[in-house]
Amino acid sequence: MAEIPIIDIKSVSKVFRLQDQTIHALRDASITIRKGEFVCLIGASGCGKSTLLRIMAGFEQPSAGEALMWGKPIEGPDPSRGMVFQDYALFPWLSVRDNIGFGPAARGLPGAEVKSIVDRFIELVGLQKFATAYPHQLSGGMKQRVAIARVLANDADLVLMDEPFGALDAMTRERLQDELLEIWQRTGLTVVFVTHSVEEAIFLAGRVVVMTPGPGRIESDNALDLPRPRDVSSPEFNDIRRVLSAKLHSHHGKKVTA
Amino acid sequence: MAPAPSLRSGRAIWRRLKPAALALIVPLVLLAFWQVATTQQWTRLIPTPAQVGEYMVDFAWGGIYDDAYSATLATHLLASMSRVYGGFALAAIFALPIGLLIGRIPTARMLLDPFLQLMRPIPVTAWLPLSMILFGLGARSAFALVCLGAFYPILLNTVFGVRSVDPKLFEAAAMLGCKGNAQFYKVVLPAAVPSIFTGLRLGLGLAWFVIVVGEMTGVPEGLGAVIMDGRTLSRTELVICGMIVIGVAGYLSDRVVVAVGNRLLRWSPGNHG
Ligand SMILES: Nc1ncnc2c1ncn2[C@@H]1O[C@H](COP(=O)(O)OP(=O)(O)O)[C@@H](O)[C@H]1O
Ligand SMILES: [Mg+2]
Repeated sequence: MAEIPIIDIKSVSKVFRLQDQTIHALRDASITIRKGEFVCLIGASGCGKSTLLRIMAGFEQPSAGEALMWGKPIEGPDPSRGMVFQDYALFPWLSVRDNIGFGPAARGLPGAEVKSIVDRFIELVGLQKFATAYPHQLSGGMKQRVAIARVLANDADLVLMDEPFGALDAMTRERLQDELLEIWQRTGLTVVFVTHSVEEAIFLAGRVVVMTPGPGRIESDNALDLPRPRDVSSPEFNDIRRVLSAKLHSHHGKKVTA
Repeated sequence: MAPAPSLRSGRAIWRRLKPAALALIVPLVLLAFWQVATTQQWTRLIPTPAQVGEYMVDFAWGGIYDDAYSATLATHLLASMSRVYGGFALAAIFALPIGLLIGRIPTARMLLDPFLQLMRPIPVTAWLPLSMILFGLGARSAFALVCLGAFYPILLNTVFGVRSVDPKLFEAAAMLGCKGNAQFYKVVLPAAVPSIFTGLRLGLGLAWFVIVVGEMTGVPEGLGAVIMDGRTLSRTELVICGMIVIGVAGYLSDRVVVAVGNRLLRWSPGNHG
């Protein structure tokens, strides 16, 4: 199939320069994401997961290589690529409604249309009762629901999520994982999800991309063919967990023996 | 067993009165000290609280001493208020745009910031003589000095507000389709509102704070003028009455600002003065 992938990262490297130091955040990373996929990036902290995601979002430009969306270079942030940040990044001065309506309003849609979009997505994430609340009045889980609704309301084709549930307690995290999967299955969205939890990646992803640090590289790209809904206590789940954990820690082993 | 209802409601009443009761302790102790010090004649130069109270009544409504200051409180208060709010408004008109420029545009910052930092330590009192030369004796000088007093807190807080916007919010706005200049109105300004508001509150407080200096410029009316007259005429009760009126007016003015702020900044968790 010669279908154009939604995201095509071709031999991308990223170098940051701090005073006299140069940091190779990414070296020669390539990854292709097709429409409708749910891809998880995992790796130890500092291995370039956020950098890769931020290049897909258009917040950073590659130092070398190409980042393409639908075959065209990504030149900057765009509503077609929505980002969900770990620390929510909601607008604190806007109510839940207005945060969700921010994108549609910024695109210049008429008020009535913005309202109906907001109504739809507030319901999708189950926050009708909190429509007029401000972010500081919400729990972490609710804030992240608003952040998800905000990018969905903006018609994003691709949702980029950078450790979105990392700051949440275990119960909230599990509920949001279920809800996210349900939304993904219902809408045919494409999701790239960064996490450092192997278990979270296996629970969510159709494909798990393992990254290793120093400099950030893509270690392996693993398609998962576990049926959904997935059972975290099943032997198949645990087999995959063992394999991925080994890949994740492979570079530690090398360091010790070196 | 639940406590008797009267006991519980008594406790509820105390909880509501406690802040007011605690706030009154220090003023009452000082008032008592003042009363003792003056009735024991530790000093003869300061009138007793009762004398000042009586004079305040005459200052406000007249009918006791019937001198040049009887029943003139409203006139002086209005004159001072017009300078405080006028000078404050003038300061805001200058400080807000300059603050936004310095905060957002590096060239403006390099152009203006060093100069303003150099001027800032010069106290309003030091400007008094020059202000009288530049603006003449009278109300214009008073305006200028009050304006100067209110200018820096508004400016500095505006600069701080627009500079300390969480960078994530710019990224969030950009990925939602709000880019370039639109970000100024949709992100920078609303994010800076709490700081700007703090600046306005401090600025208004300083406008009241410098009103006496402002009215040393030979204006005939105003609370500062009354205090200066009281000093030349050695009428300490007049001086103290002027001080009390400034304190109360400045306090009430601040309470109004805080109430407005709490409504306006309901979204901001840390903003309840
Ligand atoms: N803006 C930046 N400036 C300098 N160094 C950066 C910047 N962003 C990331 N880095 C560095 O790049 C490396 C990869 O970071 P990051 O992509 O955030 O990793 P991860 O998300 O996997 O923890 C780290 O060493 C980090 O310090
Ligand atoms: Mg990261």
